[in-house]
Amino acid sequence: MVTNARTMDGSLEPAGKAGTWWFLSSEIPTFGGLLVSYIVLRLGGSGWAEASSHLNLNIALANTFLLLTSSMTIVMAHAAVQENDHKRAAKFLALTVLLGLSFLIMKALEYGVEIRHGFLPGSGIFWSFYYGMTGLHALHVFAGIIVNLVLCIQAARGSLAPNGHRIELAGLYWHFVDIVWIFLFPLLYLA
Amino acid sequence: MNDIAQKNHAHGNPRNFWRLYVFSTDHKVIAKQYLGLALFWALLGGFTAYLIRWQIAHPDTEAWGWGFIEPGVYNALVTMHGTIMVFFVAMPLLLAVFGNFLIPLMIGARDMAFPRLNMLSVWIFALASIVLITSFFVPGGAPAAGWTGYPPLSAKNEYTGGGYGVDLWLVALALEFASFLLGGVNFLTTAMNLRAPGMTWLRLPVLVWMQLIAAVVFMLSVGPIIAGAVLLLMDRNLGTTFYAPAGGGDPLLWQHLFWFFGHPEVYVILLPGFGIILEVLAVFARKPVFAYRPIIYASMVAGLLSFIVWAHHQYLSGMDPRLAMPFSITTIIISVPFGLVVLSIIATLWGSSMSFQTPMLFALGSLGVFIFGGLTGIFNGSAPVDIYIHDTYFVVAHFHYTLISNVFFAGFAGLYYWFPKMFGRMMNEALGKIHFWLTFIFFNAVFGPMHLVGVGGMMRRISNPTQYDFLKPVEPLNMFITLMAILLLVSQLAFVINFLWSLLAGKVATANPWRSNTLEWTTSSPPPHENFAATPVVHRGAYEYSVPHAQDDWLPQDFDSDKASKAALP
Repeated sequence: MVTNARTMDGSLEPAGKAGTWWFLSSEIPTFGGLLVSYIVLRLGGSGWAEASSHLNLNIALANTFLLLTSSMTIVMAHAAVQENDHKRAAKFLALTVLLGLSFLIMKALEYGVEIRHGFLPGSGIFWSFYYGMTGLHALHVFAGIIVNLVLCIQAARGSLAPNGHRIELAGLYWHFVDIVWIFLFPLLYLA
Repeated sequence: MNDIAQKNHAHGNPRNFWRLYVFSTDHKVIAKQYLGLALFWALLGGFTAYLIRWQIAHPDTEAWGWGFIEPGVYNALVTMHGTIMVFFVAMPLLLAVFGNFLIPLMIGARDMAFPRLNMLSVWIFALASIVLITSFFVPGGAPAAGWTGYPPLSAKNEYTGGGYGVDLWLVALALEFASFLLGGVNFLTTAMNLRAPGMTWLRLPVLVWMQLIAAVVFMLSVGPIIAGAVLLLMDRNLGTTFYAPAGGGDPLLWQHLFWFFGHPEVYVILLPGFGIILEVLAVFARKPVFAYRPIIYASMVAGLLSFIVWAHHQYLSGMDPRLAMPFSITTIIISVPFGLVVLSIIATLWGSSMSFQTPMLFALGSLGVFIFGGLTGIFNGSAPVDIYIHDTYFVVAHFHYTLISNVFFAGFAGLYYWFPKMFGRMMNEALGKIHFWLTFIFFNAVFGPMHLVGVGGMMRRISNPTQYDFLKPVEPLNMFITLMAILLLVSQLAFVINFLWSLLAGKVATANPWRSNTLEWTTSSPPPHENFAATPVVHRGAYEYSVPHAQDDWLPQDFDSDKASKAALP
């Protein structure tokens, strides 16, 4: 293979891990910029808390639970692959994918409820940020689901590299997506 | 280095045309692909510059090669000129071409850490190029909201007349940023993991350091503008109100997001340019780079400071005026690390015996032009002076002095210097020297007088200065500038001819025509697939020129003095 072959000691791990961390370090300012914009505008504006009170806290709580659980299942997939049990890793990855999909479905239902109540992206600055930030986050969840699904299929077929470090890298990204939600949830739903 | 592991993973030189030249994962081929795209965009960017200058000197007459320039089209030309030159020429030329080509070669690696990701970067960049070109041809025409894309101009079509143009512009920029983001991941990981044995961090050539610092600065600053571009797309297409005061948003938000990226971006371009200059100066002055470590530390400090200067672009934007003073102070402070770098460059030259070949001429030209541009930056950076010259041609002259010194003077220095390594042939010296002198003279003739036009009060981005009475005195100057600008553009033919002719029929280059120390010169010109016959072992820093008691006046980085002295024993 081409991609991972060229580390100094011939091992596969460091290049992928360093690359993933650098990638994540560039993702932090992306969401960071949005969050800071949200906070600064909210501090200087009015009517944000009132708009926020129309959000459905129960769906968001359930979604928080789903996403946090999926972070746990991907860690268990990584633990399984470290013990060289690729079948078990595939099962936990499948569970992670299912939890991620449930998150997206719940999020879509939630959007539906809000739109039926007349809260559209153009209904005011709070709603602009709500749809913008959760939408960008949902895209990241979607990307993570695809990555996890590919790894799940590879693990089930037994075509994953023996040390399975790709699951660790996917896990780093998946945790990041989780952490972004941990910031979005209180800022949008609780504040 | 585990040679067996490398051999097992090494794949032979691909034979198929498509794998060899189009869908290649070889960093050298990818660098050349970027070079081709950058030179194409430079020609298009130069053509827009010609049309802009024509309209300013001879408003509302037919420009040769185009025709009548409508005011709306003029706005589009100004927008596209800035976008093209900064994002589609400067970035690919200074980062993607030199970074891709030189980082693996200079650190003694066979390729990038992620060769397929590298191929993905160049193809995303090609896609961004196609999207940007498409914007010329959609209903409503090319985007016309300025290269900074300030809302409300960019948010509502009724202000600048654009249709899908601005949407495509935003998509093209987001793709371009994504491409360089992946490139940055690759640069950093490659330098962290793939350095040859003995290549410690403080033996890296300055250029590699500059590329790495630029990559970090880019990756940490570009996120907010990608998010900002998504928000602007939503404002335009989904009815959100991020930048619309009527809906509770704020147009200043875009300016903050744009310049939080936009100012660090200046140093993302500047640092690799400095890297090129330093490599070239050391070789042609036959002296070690003066203050190697302080230069690297100063560049890191400058990179850090670049994150807290952005609002100096916005003194007159209506932001809280209390911000002007702190941002003036940080802006002036950032000249300290750059002063250190420039003084080190001058000290590198001090007392040396220089040889004035074409790369050296361009490197020296870059230095001179940059110092002048840096000095006018002090005027722009202090809020009280900037209030007078903001958005005038003084600012235009300032940033062309800094950017052209980097992108074109340093870029040409790099191209003339590494051309033999890239293509295996030398460029023509006589044509190169003609190219330098014409470029240097006409460049100063264009942008020197532009300072006076700016102080005379002429604003940026106006399509017809003759309609203002107070600008009558600068009209002759404007006509002179346009004439010089056309001559400057025509002089670039010397480069185009030299480049194409040398590519096909230039003198065949030896492995190390400039007698340089860095690792890329230890392999053949051009280097084979996977670069080195055997992994080089590094014994010293990159700048051991004019070493006392040495047989030659230079010691390559892989020169083993122990082995050499043993071999010399009877």
